[in-house]
Order: sequence, then structure tokens, then C-alpha cells
Amino acid sequence: MNLDIHGGSCGHSCCLRVENLSVRIGGDCILSNVNLHVHCGELVALIGPNGAGKSTFLKAVLGQRDYEGVIAFSEPGQRSKKPRIGYVPQSPAFDPSDPVSVADLFACCMSRRPAFLGLGKSMRALVLECLERVHGEELIDKRVGTLSGGELQRVLLALALEPMPNILILDEPLSGVDVEGMETLMDMLDEIRKNFDLSILMTTHDFSLLPRYANQVVLIDRGILIQGEPETVLHSAEFAQAFHMKGGSV
Amino acid sequence: MSLWYWFCDFFPFEMLRWDFMKNAMLALLLMAPLFGLMSTMIVTGRMSFFSDALGHSAFTGIAIGAICGMSAPTWAAVLFSVVFALIFSYVRSRSNQAADTLIGVFSSTAVALGIFIATLGGGSFTKYNKYLIGDILSVTPGEIGLLALVLMAVLIFWVLCANRLTLTAIHPQLASSRGIPVGLSQTLFTVAIAVVVTLSISSVGLLILNSLMVLPGASARNVSKNLRQYHGFSVLFALLAGIGGLTVSYYLGCSAGAAISLILAVIFAVTFALRKGNA
Repeated sequence: MNLDIHGGSCGHSCCLRVENLSVRIGGDCILSNVNLHVHCGELVALIGPNGAGKSTFLKAVLGQRDYEGVIAFSEPGQRSKKPRIGYVPQSPAFDPSDPVSVADLFACCMSRRPAFLGLGKSMRALVLECLERVHGEELIDKRVGTLSGGELQRVLLALALEPMPNILILDEPLSGVDVEGMETLMDMLDEIRKNFDLSILMTTHDFSLLPRYANQVVLIDRGILIQGEPETVLHSAEFAQAFHMKGGSV
Repeated sequence: MSLWYWFCDFFPFEMLRWDFMKNAMLALLLMAPLFGLMSTMIVTGRMSFFSDALGHSAFTGIAIGAICGMSAPTWAAVLFSVVFALIFSYVRSRSNQAADTLIGVFSSTAVALGIFIATLGGGSFTKYNKYLIGDILSVTPGEIGLLALVLMAVLIFWVLCANRLTLTAIHPQLASSRGIPVGLSQTLFTVAIAVVVTLSISSVGLLILNSLMVLPGASARNVSKNLRQYHGFSVLFALLAGIGGLTVSYYLGCSAGAAISLILAVIFAVTFALRKGNA
């Protein structure tokens, strides 16, 4: 069953358009017939049981998986320009013994100058500027392995926001983050979304915060089961079936 | 070389009067910083055991080279090590088994193959001992020149790719999401270790090689908070142990390789004890 709540064509405010997307790995069909529109400045949450194909979907959008169908991006005024995608990967566990500071991590990602020679003044200033966006300036000299789940997500978010992307994709940003950290993180995403008119696509297993923060919720299980307003989806029969009968956690 | 000899004569140390000591010292001064640098990446990338396995695969390469009648089987060993490293990288990327398990598989296969070839038709492998054990004191100026060239090449590769390699080692998924070809980086890194290990092995020996490739990085991790300290300490420890070990071996008349390794072990113990304040 597919519901495309935005109709076939969409105006210039549509940032990401996915049509008839299917992904096969080996002979196995992981996703089929996915249709999804993400508008500019909108937060879309992908939910679904484990193994439903959420991460696969994100990888297809990122261009890390082969797929059939259409994935098109557009910006106001510039159609189908190659977009800049900011990506925060799943389970970002660092070895606590790795002597890598947050500043080093940024330098490794953004500069060609070997990070082991130390950061130049301008690089350090840039890192601070990035961390400021996630209110994390004080984290700059901490070792990445010693950050809490919420701190780490903020650092990775800051990393994904430089250079400022057109679309931000987060894979399970709330896993491993405590309840307080979740709200902080979601507030931050909300702030960034509004300030930069950024489209955000994220997967999550935490449904309690969705009505407050998500514009659209998409329930996936090898294809889209239902999509729409958070309340509609969370109270649908499809949702109950996907999670209760499979013994998933709500 | 003569410039180096002339330089050594400036020092009033008795041990630096001998040419073989001058050679050994120069080889160590070249090797130690580079191995210190590489060891950080080897330890971060969890490849410590791999460099050991490569040492063994080099032996097989030497045996194959000797069978084929090559006068300098070192090159056959380099080739074999590179092939070994490539096959290992391929299998690692396709298998869901832990890297140390796979290294065990490859290491024992390589050793068995080497001994099988060397002893085929009743041969003895004592003549290969030189390659396996090696001795820093017997290093020749020609070997030092070759070592310097290879080390220079690796250093350039290192400086160009350091950030990508670090990111790949600490978080492969993040690296790939930043557009870094993770598989290619890992393979290049593996091949670089293979070449360095194999070329150094016959001139300096397996013992020094493995301790210099793992211990400086492991010790530096104990006391470092960022990459700069990590690399700085690692290079410093490698140099200290290299020079210190050679000196100790001269005055006590023991194996230089063993002395260097033991000093590194002491450094590790000391940094381990100091680690609390930094955690």
C-alpha cells in the first residue's frame, strides 16, 4: 500500500523526491515501490521494525546503495542540482582509548593538513564556529571516546552541518541518548531546521517525541505502510500491526 | 655515508668509533621516527597482529625467491607480502569474522607454506635464519640507503593520507559518509605496512620491527589526549628506545633488538602507571 499525500507533482518547495524506489541486495528485495516527498524545512521521521529497510533507504538516498526508481533533489530556483547531504551515521561508537579529540575529528574530516601536526589557528576557529551551532564549544578538547551519547550526537551533527547541507540525514540519532539528551537534541534539530530552512530526514525508534517535532512520519516495512501527520500514523492500524504483532518496542 | 661517519666522529663516545655501530645508529635514527608514526595508525586500526603475520609471510616469500634461484630473495618477499596483504584485505572485506581470527588463518598458512617450500626435497632452512632473526648490527650502508628511500616514500604517503587513514581507522562508517574510499584506504595502508615490514626485516630483524611497530603507539595512547600528543609521544618513545637500546646492548654486550624491545616494554609499563591521571 502506498500513500503519496503530496500528489504526483510538487512545487519548488520540494527538496527530495523519491519515486518507485526499489532496492535489492542479492536476490532479496529489501525495499519496493517507495514514494516519498520531503519539502524544504520539513522534518520527516522514518519508523519501522528492525530490518524494515530504514537504513537501506537512507543509503540509497545517500547514493551508497544501488536502486531502481527515481531519487531527485531540487532547490528553489535550481532544479535537480546535486544536493549537499549532511549525514550523521548510526551507532557512532568510538574506542574510549583512542587519543582523538573533537578538534582532531573535525580536522580529519575537513582539512588535508595532517591532524597529528596539530590544528592551525584558523582551523580551530572554524571548529569552534561549527560547535557553536550545536552549543558544544566546550567539547572541543574532549576525547571523542569519552563523550556521552548526546554529546557525541551533537558533535556529529556539527560535523554534518559544515558545509551547510541542503538535506540532513540522521540514522537513529536518538539511540544511546538519555531522555534529557533526546529533548536537547530534538530542540537543536528544530532550531537548525528553522534557522537554515533545512530538510531533515531521520530514522528513529523513539516515537514519544515525534508529535512535537516531526512534520511527517513514514512507517516502513520493506515498503511504505503508511505516511502522514505523526498522530495519524502513530494511531493507525498499520502502526499497531507493525509493532505489536511483531513484538517490537513502542 | 662518509658525512655521517664524519659526524659520528665528533662524539666522544667509544661505541661510535666502530663503523657497524655508526651504521646501526643511522638505521635506527631513520627507522624509529617512521615506525613511531606508523605504530600509532597500526594500533588505532587494530593491526598489531597483522604486522607480525606479515613478518612470517615475508619468510615464505624469501623461500619462494630462493627456490626460483633469485640472488636477492628480498624482492620476492616484498612481492609475496603485498599479494598476501591484498588477499587479506579482500577476505577481510568479504568476511564477517573478526580480523584477528583471519590474521591467524593467514599467518599460519604463510608459515606452513614457507617451511613446506624450504624443506621440500629434504632442504634445511638454517640459511633463512638471517632473514627471520636479522641483526641491526650487520646492517650495510646499501641497506640503509634502500631503507631511507622506502621510508621516505611511506612518509610522503603518510602525510598526504594521514587524515583519511585516521578517520577510516577510528570510524569507518563516518569516513565512508564523508566520501572517503574506505576499502581503498585500508588496502593502501595494508600494502604500505607490507612493504616496510618486508624490506626492513632482513636488515633489522623481526624482533625490533614488531616491537617498534606496536609498542610506541600503545605507550603513547596511555598518556595522550589528542592526535598531536599521540604521534609526538610515539615518535619520541621510538627514538628513545632505539638509541637507548643500542647503547645498552653495546656496553652490556647483549642483543640490540632485545634491548630496544625491553626498553619499549619499560616505557609501556611507565606510561601505563601514569595513565590514571589522563583518563
